[in-house]
Amino acid sequence: MAKNDIICTGCPKGCRVTVEVEDDEIVNVEGYECPTGREYAINEYKNPTRILPSTIRVKKGEFPLVPVKTAKPIPKSLLIKAMDVIAKTKVKAPIKIGDVLIENILDTGVDIVATRNIDKELEV
Amino acid sequence: MQEYNMIVIGAGPAGMAAALEAEKNGMENIIILERDEYIGGILPQCIHNGFGLEYFGEELTGPEYAYEFIDQLDDSKIEVLTETMVLDVNDKKEITALNKQKGVLKLKGKTIVLAMGCRERTRENIRIPGDRPSGILSAGTAQRYTNIEGYMPGEKVVILGSGDIGLIMARRMRLEGADVKAVLEIMPFSSGLVRNKVQCLDDFDIPLKLQHTITRIEGDDRLKRVKVAQVDEDFNSVEGTEEWIECDTLLLSVGLIPENELSKSMGLNLHPVTGGTFVNENRETNIEGVYAAGNVLHVHDLVDWVSEEAEIAGKAAADYINNKLEKREQKIKITPDKNVTYTVPQTIEYTFGDKRFVKVFMRVTEPMEDVEVKFSNNDKEIISYPKKIVMPGEMVTANLPAALVKDEMEEIKVSIVKKVGENNG
Repeated sequence: MAKNDIICTGCPKGCRVTVEVEDDEIVNVEGYECPTGREYAINEYKNPTRILPSTIRVKKGEFPLVPVKTAKPIPKSLLIKAMDVIAKTKVKAPIKIGDVLIENILDTGVDIVATRNIDKELEV
Repeated sequence: MQEYNMIVIGAGPAGMAAALEAEKNGMENIIILERDEYIGGILPQCIHNGFGLEYFGEELTGPEYAYEFIDQLDDSKIEVLTETMVLDVNDKKEITALNKQKGVLKLKGKTIVLAMGCRERTRENIRIPGDRPSGILSAGTAQRYTNIEGYMPGEKVVILGSGDIGLIMARRMRLEGADVKAVLEIMPFSSGLVRNKVQCLDDFDIPLKLQHTITRIEGDDRLKRVKVAQVDEDFNSVEGTEEWIECDTLLLSVGLIPENELSKSMGLNLHPVTGGTFVNENRETNIEGVYAAGNVLHVHDLVDWVSEEAEIAGKAAADYINNKLEKREQKIKITPDKNVTYTVPQTIEYTFGDKRFVKVFMRVTEPMEDVEVKFSNNDKEIISYPKKIVMPGEMVTANLPAALVKDEMEEIKVSIVKKVGENNG
């Protein structure tokens, strides 16, 4: 039987919830003090996901970077791999907030979208 | 000298929200002065998510949160002047500013909103002894380099301070390929949100060393290593616990200070706890028509509350110009009592009009559970609200209903106390 300690992020209290697993089945959950804690711990054990915020290089933009995020949470285990894809990407200004800059990253079905408008570089 | 109904100093979340709310309440002829080349304040560099849940009811990143207001400003008549540094403000509400293209500007405002935000404490503020090599910077500076300007501050990183900025930057540095050696926290608990501790440190196995600090810095041109020691309850380093950590970058996330040099030059006194000016319920300072909102007034943990607070100031300024306000015969003092370090506002000076309550912001002295936030006058309870959990790092708010405030009250005390009578039922 394996015990997984998970800290609930539902409120400042941060309950340490233990999820006990036997043969890939959750057999016991304890340590939570409200239903949010139980649900969070089960989800976090089964499929932990995160929104990944980062930046992408911009060509000919008013700023050298555009901030981006995954439009939806992606599996936690893919964060570093997703960063490798993001690091190799370059986009051209102008960029509008919400623009899809990378489609379906790592076949997750989730796009990388811009979170800021970036105008073209001013001609001088 | 050009005259305005409102001059806002700072185009961060507070300044933007104050100006927009003033316009919505019928004010015209508003200008915002911003020293940076873009508006939005610190938000555009806070590329992580977690903003807006309170204010917009959805989770946004910093740039997205800023955009909600920038977009409204574009559609408004509010004038915005970037690359404009305010050099002086006096008590006649006259401003001297320097603009990159226009040179020296002289402006006068019927109202002024102080929205200069805050700045980070530095190595000098906390007095770490040792060499003075490059590679030591505030977490916010590193954030701007990494997220706006496209520079990586270093490869082997130690972070001092486990507030939210420190935690967020630990993840950011790690995601950009740095080796984040440790986050050090002098207190026995992290002051950051639980979520940030989990998603920024635990997710990447970055160690958080509680009750640890840096006692020495070494390096010639570039930082080489820092000496880390455990501390006791009095924050003195414990002998025999010292160890050196090799690193080329040290990020400091050791607190924020409201940036009130201009407020002081107007003759405003600063609150010893908040570091901001004293304000009444309209966020008006001791000079009539001069308001303060956002982190310049007191450091907030959520931008959502900055926006809300700035709107109070913006609406009040519009009402002031339109002669809609009526002063009380006698001010009511709002005083922090048991377990409350400070409150904002500190006074109630105007009659309520159509206002149904005054929202009071406060901080608790230490983490507590099952408490109530209590307003009282002459030891008699006015109203109390139960709270399941309160933490010093998370602002507590409670509404003081207008209907329960009597004209003869001179002082209302605010306390946070353990709930009583739990076992009676």
